[in-house]
Amino acid sequence: MATKVTMEALSPTMEEGRLVKWNKNEGDQVKAGDVLAEVETDKAVMELVARGDGVLRKRLANEGDASPVGTLLAVIGTPDENIDAIIGAAVPATASAPAAASAKPAQQTAVPQSSDQSQSEAATPPQQKVAGPAAGAPPAPQSPSPPRPTAPPPKGNGARPGATATPGGRQRSSPLARRLASDKGIQLGGIQGSGPGGRIVKRDIENAKATAGAARSAAAERLATEGDFKDIPLTQIRKTIARRLAESNGPVPTFFLTAEFDATRAAEMRAQLAEMGDQYKASFNDIVIKAVALSLAEHPEVNAHWLNDKIRHFNRIHVAMAVAVEDGLITPVLFDADRMTMWEISEKARDLAKRARERKLMPEEYTGSTFSVSNLGMFGIDQFTAIINPPEVGILAIGGVEEKPVVIDGALEIRQRMRVTMSCDHRVIDGATGAKFLQTLKRYVENPLSLII
Amino acid sequence: MASFDVIFIGGGPAGYVGAIRCAQLGMSVAVVEREGLGGTCVLWGCIPAKALLESASIATKVTHAAEFGVTVSDVKLDYGVAMKRSRAVSTQNSKGVEFLFKKNKITWIKGTAKIAGKNSVSVKADGKEEKHEAKKAIVISTGSRVKGLPQIGLELNKTTVISSDEALILEKAPKTMAIIGAGAVGCEFADVFTAFGTQVTLVEVLPGILPLEDADCGAELARSFKKRKIDVLPAAKIGDVKVGKTSVTMSIEVGGKKQSLEVEKVLVAAGRAPNIEDIGIKEAGIQLTDRGFIKINERMETSAKGIYAIGDVAGPPMLAHKGQREGVVFAEFLAGQKNVHPVNYGNIPNATYCHPEVASIGMTEAQVKEKKIDYKVGKFPFSANGRARTSGETEGFVKIIRDAKYGEILGAHIIGAHATELIHELAVARENEFTVEEVDLAIHAHPTLSEAIAEAALDSLGKVIHA
Repeated sequence: MATKVTMEALSPTMEEGRLVKWNKNEGDQVKAGDVLAEVETDKAVMELVARGDGVLRKRLANEGDASPVGTLLAVIGTPDENIDAIIGAAVPATASAPAAASAKPAQQTAVPQSSDQSQSEAATPPQQKVAGPAAGAPPAPQSPSPPRPTAPPPKGNGARPGATATPGGRQRSSPLARRLASDKGIQLGGIQGSGPGGRIVKRDIENAKATAGAARSAAAERLATEGDFKDIPLTQIRKTIARRLAESNGPVPTFFLTAEFDATRAAEMRAQLAEMGDQYKASFNDIVIKAVALSLAEHPEVNAHWLNDKIRHFNRIHVAMAVAVEDGLITPVLFDADRMTMWEISEKARDLAKRARERKLMPEEYTGSTFSVSNLGMFGIDQFTAIINPPEVGILAIGGVEEKPVVIDGALEIRQRMRVTMSCDHRVIDGATGAKFLQTLKRYVENPLSLII
Repeated sequence: MASFDVIFIGGGPAGYVGAIRCAQLGMSVAVVEREGLGGTCVLWGCIPAKALLESASIATKVTHAAEFGVTVSDVKLDYGVAMKRSRAVSTQNSKGVEFLFKKNKITWIKGTAKIAGKNSVSVKADGKEEKHEAKKAIVISTGSRVKGLPQIGLELNKTTVISSDEALILEKAPKTMAIIGAGAVGCEFADVFTAFGTQVTLVEVLPGILPLEDADCGAELARSFKKRKIDVLPAAKIGDVKVGKTSVTMSIEVGGKKQSLEVEKVLVAAGRAPNIEDIGIKEAGIQLTDRGFIKINERMETSAKGIYAIGDVAGPPMLAHKGQREGVVFAEFLAGQKNVHPVNYGNIPNATYCHPEVASIGMTEAQVKEKKIDYKVGKFPFSANGRARTSGETEGFVKIIRDAKYGEILGAHIIGAHATELIHELAVARENEFTVEEVDLAIHAHPTLSEAIAEAALDSLGKVIHA
C-alpha cells in the first residue's frame, strides 16, 4: 500500500514548512526512517523521515516550496503500484506551485483554511487553480445564476474522491486522540489517520509521539557534537557502585546534599543593581544559575550524563531550569550558560519562562541540557528535593532567601540565608564529589561580585 | 461435484454470517452443516437459553405482581411448556437463517465435511461421499462443544450428569441441581431452574462467580442469587463424586469446611472444547495454539494456504458476536476490500442474561490495576435511578473505569435489568474513542435506565448529580 509523505508538524507550533532540499530522488529505494528531505520550520531546519518502505515514486513539491502542514509532498509505493488516485487527489493543492519555485507561500496555500469554505471562496476567485480531473462536484443547488465558466464551484476543491482528511479542511479524529494531541502539543494536521476512513485515533497519536521523541533525542545529540564532550569508560568499581546502588534504590540511586548559603551579599548586590536601572536587574534565580554554570565548569564530573555503558562529561554547560506550566512543568535550557553574562541569563530566562507558559517553545529549546535547576523560593519553600531528569546526574533545588539569626564570630547576627539541596545520581557522583561542587557553588553565591566581573 | 469460490465447514454464527458477507461481495458460497443452520447459538445456546430465561423472568415477576396491584392466583410453573416454547423459538431462528441463505443464493450442503486436499472438501451424507471444489477458500467454522469434567468423575452421561444441551430439553425441572461452573452459562441456568422451583447449588472453583467479569459485578450477583436462595459456593473443591442412576453425591470443600451434597442432577457448565477432530486438520498441516484452538492471523488465515478458521474453533472469547465479526472480516479481506477494519478483540462486549443481567466491555478494574494505569472509577446504583424504581428493578449499578488523565473509557461494567442492552452505548463510545465527557455531553432521556450510564460517567469526574 502506498504511503503518503506529507508536510509534518516538526515542532509544536509549526504551521508551514519550507522544503529546503530533497535527499532522495524519484525511483530511489527508501526505508522507514530514511531522511527524505530537509524542511525548514519557523525556527530550525529539521529532517523529514519516511514513514514506510518502498520506492519514492513521486515528488510533488520542489525545493524552496513552502507548504502548510498536511500537504502531500511525495508518495512512496511499490514499483508497479498505481498511485494516480493519490496524486490526482492532490493536484488542486500542488498544481498552483509555479515550477520556477521561488517560495511564495501565499500562492500555494490553495487549500481553504476556513471550514466555511464555500462562502469564503466564492468571494475570492480561485487563482490559477486547476480543477482536479475527478472534481465532478455538482453545481451548487440553489445557485440562481448559471454556473460560472471558469471553474467548478469552490466545493470542487474539497471534492477529492474518498478524501476525508483534507489539509485545512475537516480532519477526522476521535475525541480521545484530540485530547492526547493537545496535551502532547502534537498537531493533528501532520498525522495520517489509521482509523476508519482515515480517522486519527489514539494509536496514531502514540506513534507520532514516539517519532517526535526520536526527533527530540536527535536534537539532543546534535547539541552535544563531537569535541564538546569527553566519554569516560566505566571502571570496575564504578560499574559495581552503579549496579549495587541501582538495586538498592531504584533505577537512579539518588542521594541528597543540603547546604545553607549566606545570601546577604547577593541580596545587597541585587538591591544595588536594581538602583542602577531596570536593565541591570537580576533575580536570585539568575544569580544562582550563573553561579551553577561557573561551578559546573570547575566540576565536569557533575556536568555529565549517565549513558549506561559510560559516563559522558560535557565541555559545554547547558543549564535547564524548571518552569511550572498550567498542567505540568517544562525545562527550557540556557545553552552555554557559563559564557553568558548574568544579564543575558536574566533576559533569556525570562523569555524562556514566558514562552514556556504560552507553550511556544521549540523542542530544541527544552532538550539537550547537561544539568538542571529548580527553584521554589518564590512559593515560600525554604528547602525541598528535586527529581533528577535522566540522563543528567544532578539537579539543584533552590529554596527561598530569608532572614535568620546566625552566629558569626561569637555574635548573633541577622543574615539573609538560602538553602539548596542537590540531588545526585550516585552512579556518577559520590558524596564527596557533590559536596565539593556545593563548596564551589557556595563560594560563588557568597561572593556574588565574582559572577559579574 | 460442485464448484464454489468458498466453502464453510459449519453453519453457526461465524460460518453463516461469513457466508452471507461472501455472497454479498459476489462470491459463490456453500456451507456444509449436518444439523440445522445457526449452530450452537441458534439451536443449543444463546437463543433457546434466552427463551427459557424469559420464562424464568415472567415466573419471578408474577410472584411479585401483587406489589404492583396485579393479583395473579393459581400460578403454575411448567418447565416442559417453557422448554417447548424455547425449542419453537430456536427452530424459527434456524428457519430464518435458511431464508437468508436462499435470499443470498448460498448452497446448504447437508452432511459432515472433511478437508480433502487443497481446494477440496468431501462431504459424507447418508453413507454417500461427494467431493466439492473450493476455488478461493475453505473456512473452518466448526465451533465448539460442551465438555464434561471426567478428571473429577463428572463425565457427561446425559441423565444425571448433563450439559446445557440436555438441560435445554428436560421435560421438567429437577427438585435439586448442582451447577458446576459459575460462568455465564452456569449463572443463566441457575436463574432458570431456580425460577422453576429447583433448589440450585452453584459451584465455582475460582474465588468469585462470573470470574471473567469485574469482581464488583460478581459480588453483586452473588448477593442477589443468595437472596433468591441459590446456594452460591465459590472457591470450592469438589471431591468424592458418586454418580448414581437417579442422583449424584459429592463433597464440596469451601474454606477448609467440607460438606456433602446429594442432587438429582449435575449440570456441568465448565468450559467448552473446540471441534477440531475428524475434519482433516492434521493432514492439511494446520497448526494449533497451546490451548488446542486453530491458530489464525488477522486475516483469519491458518498455517495452511487457502484454509481459514473463524469462530469458537479459532480461539476465545467463544462468543457468537465475535465469530460473526470474524466471518465478516474474513470475507472482506478475501474479496480484497481496502481499509478492512480488523477485529478489535479488546472491544468485544460480554453479556450474561441471568437476573439481574451482567454486561461489560473493556478491562475489569483488576486488569487496569495490573497494567498499572492511573485510573478513576465512576459508579451509579440503579437504586438511585427513577426508571429502575418504577419497574421495581433496583438491583445493580453502572461502573465506568476511566483513564485518570485523558478520560478514556478503559472498561465499563453493568449489572442490573437490561444491562445487556445498555452496554452498547459504552461499546460505541469505546470503539469511537469517546471519553467519559462525550458520554455525559450526549443528553440522556429521563426517565431511562441509560441515565445511570451518564451519571456513572459524571461520577468518575466527581460531578454526579443524583447520588
